[in-house]
Amino acid sequence: MLGYLANRTLLMIPTLVGVAILIFFMLRVVPGDIVEVKLRGDGGSVTQETIEKERARLGLDQPMIVQFGQWMTGLATLNLGNSMWTDRPVVEEISLRLELTLQVALMATVIAILIAIPLGTLSALFKDTWIDYTIRIVTIAGLAVPSFWLGMIIILGLLYLFNWLPPITYTPFYVDPVANISQLIWPALAVGYRYSAVVARMVRSSIVEVMKEDYIRTARAKGVYEKLVVSRHAMRNAMLPAITVIGLEFAFLIGGLVVTEQVFNLNGLGRLFVQAISRNDFTLIQSIVMLIAVVFIVTNLVVDLLYAWLDPRIRYGSK
Amino acid sequence: MSYLRMLAAGIAAAGLAFAGTADAQTPKRGGTLTYAISAETPHYDCHASDTFATLHFASPFYSTLMQFDLSKYPGVKGDLAESWTVAPDLMTYTFKLRSNVAFHDGTPLTSADVKATYERLRAPPTGIVSTRQATFGDIDTIETPDATTITFKMKAPNPAMMEHFASPWNCVYSAAKLAADPNFPRNNIMGSGPFRFGEHVKGSHVTGTRNERYFEPGKPYLDGFRGVFMSQPAAMLNALQGGQVMAEFRGISPAERDRLVQGMGDRVRIEESGWTLNLLVVFNVEKKPFDDVRVRQALNMAIDRRAGAQGLARQATLRDVGGLVRPGSPFAIKDADLAKVPGYGTNIAAARAEARRLLQAAGASNLKFVLHNRATPQPYTPAGIYLVDQWRQIGVEVEHRQSETSPYLAAMSSGNFDVAVDFSNLFMDEPSLGLAKYVSFDRAPENRSRSIDRELDRLYDLQSRERDTTKRYDIIRQFEARMFEQVYQAPLLWWHRIIPTNKAVMGWEMSPSHNLGQNLAGVWLNQ
Repeated sequence: MLGYLANRTLLMIPTLVGVAILIFFMLRVVPGDIVEVKLRGDGGSVTQETIEKERARLGLDQPMIVQFGQWMTGLATLNLGNSMWTDRPVVEEISLRLELTLQVALMATVIAILIAIPLGTLSALFKDTWIDYTIRIVTIAGLAVPSFWLGMIIILGLLYLFNWLPPITYTPFYVDPVANISQLIWPALAVGYRYSAVVARMVRSSIVEVMKEDYIRTARAKGVYEKLVVSRHAMRNAMLPAITVIGLEFAFLIGGLVVTEQVFNLNGLGRLFVQAISRNDFTLIQSIVMLIAVVFIVTNLVVDLLYAWLDPRIRYGSK
Repeated sequence: MSYLRMLAAGIAAAGLAFAGTADAQTPKRGGTLTYAISAETPHYDCHASDTFATLHFASPFYSTLMQFDLSKYPGVKGDLAESWTVAPDLMTYTFKLRSNVAFHDGTPLTSADVKATYERLRAPPTGIVSTRQATFGDIDTIETPDATTITFKMKAPNPAMMEHFASPWNCVYSAAKLAADPNFPRNNIMGSGPFRFGEHVKGSHVTGTRNERYFEPGKPYLDGFRGVFMSQPAAMLNALQGGQVMAEFRGISPAERDRLVQGMGDRVRIEESGWTLNLLVVFNVEKKPFDDVRVRQALNMAIDRRAGAQGLARQATLRDVGGLVRPGSPFAIKDADLAKVPGYGTNIAAARAEARRLLQAAGASNLKFVLHNRATPQPYTPAGIYLVDQWRQIGVEVEHRQSETSPYLAAMSSGNFDVAVDFSNLFMDEPSLGLAKYVSFDRAPENRSRSIDRELDRLYDLQSRERDTTKRYDIIRQFEARMFEQVYQAPLLWWHRIIPTNKAVMGWEMSPSHNLGQNLAGVWLNQ
C-alpha cells in the first residue's frame, strides 16, 4: 500500500506539470493585458511609458520562456509569487478565501452524505413503492433546483419568517464557532441539497443493481438477516460508485460556488477566481487552477484508497 | 449674481434641495456604523481613481483642503483650510491651514504635505496615475511660505477653482511617505481623517476606528465603521432589511426602494435627489463606420429617450431626459429647446424615418456592431438592453457585450470598442467639469469617442473663462448644439439618486453626488 501511495504521489507531478504548462500558455494566448486593465481601468490618462514601466515591474516584458521558467521554479519551491493586481502574496489572497470555501464544501459534503445515503438506500429497498416515488421526487427536485435559487429562498425565508439573517462577514470557527456556523450552515444546506440529490440517485441505482447479485441471494439463502444483508453485503459494494461521485462533487465545490457565494455574500474562492479572470491576473489565475487541480488529484487518490477499504478484493500495490 | 449662487438658486428652485437627514437632536457618541459598498475599490489611491468605490472606502481616512458644504450645496467650506483668500483676478489662492492636524502616525500635517499632494495631482511622477491631472493643469506654482500657509498661483483664471479644491478625490497624503515611495497611497492608508484604518479584508469588508486626535472637536461621533462589500443588489437589500447593514450610500433603484419601504416600514429613511451622473452613448470615431457623422446622427436620433425615461425610471436608477448639463441645474438646456433635438423629442417616428434615410445615405443600412457595456446591474444592463431594442427598430443589429468595471474602462481608454455605454461621473454641477469630457481627445483623455474638434475646444475655453452667467449660458448652448450636430457622444438619460438609510443613522447629508459627504465625521447613531 505504501508503494502504491508513493507511486500515486509521484504520478501527481507530471499531471500537475501538464496543468501548469497548459494554464500558463493558454492564458498568454487569450487576449487581454493586465497592465492595461490595471492602469487604464480607472478611466484615467496613462502614458505608454507608465504602462511599459509597470509591465517591466511585473516581468511581463521578458520572453515567455523566461516567464515560464520563473513560474515553474516558483511552483517547485512553493513560492507562488504576488498577485499582479494587488501586489499581495498569492498565498495570502487564496488562503483568506480557501478557509471559508473548504468549510462550506466540507459541511455541504457532510449534509449530502447524511441525507443521500439513507434516502438512496430506502428508495432502492422500497423500489416502486410510495416511499421510492416520494424520495425520487425530492431528489429530482434537488437536481432541478439551482443551489443559488434555493439559497435565495432560504435567505428570504429567514428574513420574512424570523426577521433574522446570518452574519454577512466571515468569522473563523476558532474565533467564534456560533457566528461561524450560523453564517455557513445556510449556503452549506443550499449546496448540500443538490449534492445529496446527485449522490442519493447514485446510491439508489447502485443498491438496486447490487441487490440482484448472486452473493446477496447466497447471503439470504444462508439465512442472514435482511438488515445485515443490506448493511454488510449490499451497502459496502453499492458505496463504491457513490464515493466517486462524492469525491468529484467535493472537488467541484472548491472554486465552483460563484453564484451561491454571491447570494450569501461569501468571500469565497469562486468569486476570487472570477475576479482574477476578469482582471487577467495571471499569477492568481494560475495558482487557483493549480490548487483546484491538486484538490481533484488528491480527492481521486482518497477515493481510490476508500475503494480498497470498502472492497477487500481491491489491493493496491500487491502483485 | 455669481454663477455659484445661481447654481444654488437653480437647484433649490428645481426642488432638489436636500433636507438635512438628522432631526434636530444632540449627536450621541458611540456605536459602529455598518454600511454596504456595492463595489470594492481596486486600490486605495484617491488621486488615481474615478470610482465611488474608492471614496466610500477611503474618505473616512483622509482630509482634503476644502470640502463641499452639503447643507449649502454647492457652497464649499474648509476642511484642512481654516481660512482662505482669493485674488480678485482669480490668479492667486492662499489658504491658511489648521495648526492642530496630525496624520494617523502622529506626524504633523503641514503645508508641505498639501503641496506634495497637489504636485502629485497636477504633475504625477512617471509610473503614477493622476486622473485629475487636466483639472489642475491651470495651476502654475505652489508656494509654502510657512508650515500653515499655502499659495496656488494660476496660469489662467478658473472660476470653478474653489470647487475643484473641494473635490473629494484630493486626499491629502504625507509628503514624507510620497518622497519615500510615490506609489505609497496605492496600497497603504495613512491620512488625517476622522477615522484610522482598521483592516481591509479583501473581498469582504473595511473597518475604521475613531481618530481620537481628529482636528474637529468632538468628532467623529462613531466609535468606528465597517463597510461591507456587497456587489449583489439582492444580498444588499436583504442585509438592509435584516438590519445587518444600516445604509447604502451610492443609490438604489425605484423597485428596490419600494421593496425596502414595504419590508421595513418606518425603520427606513428614503432620500431622493437628482444625480450628477448621466449615461452616454459614445461612438469611437476612429472606427468605421462611426467616423461618418450620418451614422452617428442616425443612431442617436433612433433612441426614444422620452419613452425610455418613463419605462426605465420604474426599474433603473435612470430618470431624466437632458442635454450635456444636468437637467434642473442652472446651465441646463430648457426642455422645450431640448425637445427640438432629434432623439430627445416626442416625434420618434419622424426621427427614426430620418435615421433610416441617413444610414442608407451612408451605405450602412445593414449595420451590425457590438455595444460595449459595463457589467453593473444598475443602470447599465437595462440601459444597454434598451439601446439594443431602440436600434433594432431601425434595422441595426447590435450585440450587447458587458465586461467587469476594470476591463470595461480599460477597453474604452485604449479605444478598443465600436460603440459603448459610457458615464459622466461628476461631483458638482459645474459645466467646466461636466463639459470637459466632450473636448478633443488630445486634451481630454476621458473623451472616449477619441474625437478631435477644435470648435468644441474653443467654445469650452470660452465658457470656462466667462464670468457673466448669461453669456456663459449662451456659449454652453453653442457647445451643446455643436455636440448634438456631431454626436461623438450623446447623453442617454440622467440618473436619479435614491438613498436608503436605517432611521437610526443620523447626521449623514444627502447630495446630488455619491462622491460627496462620505468621510462620516458627522454621522452618529440614534440607538
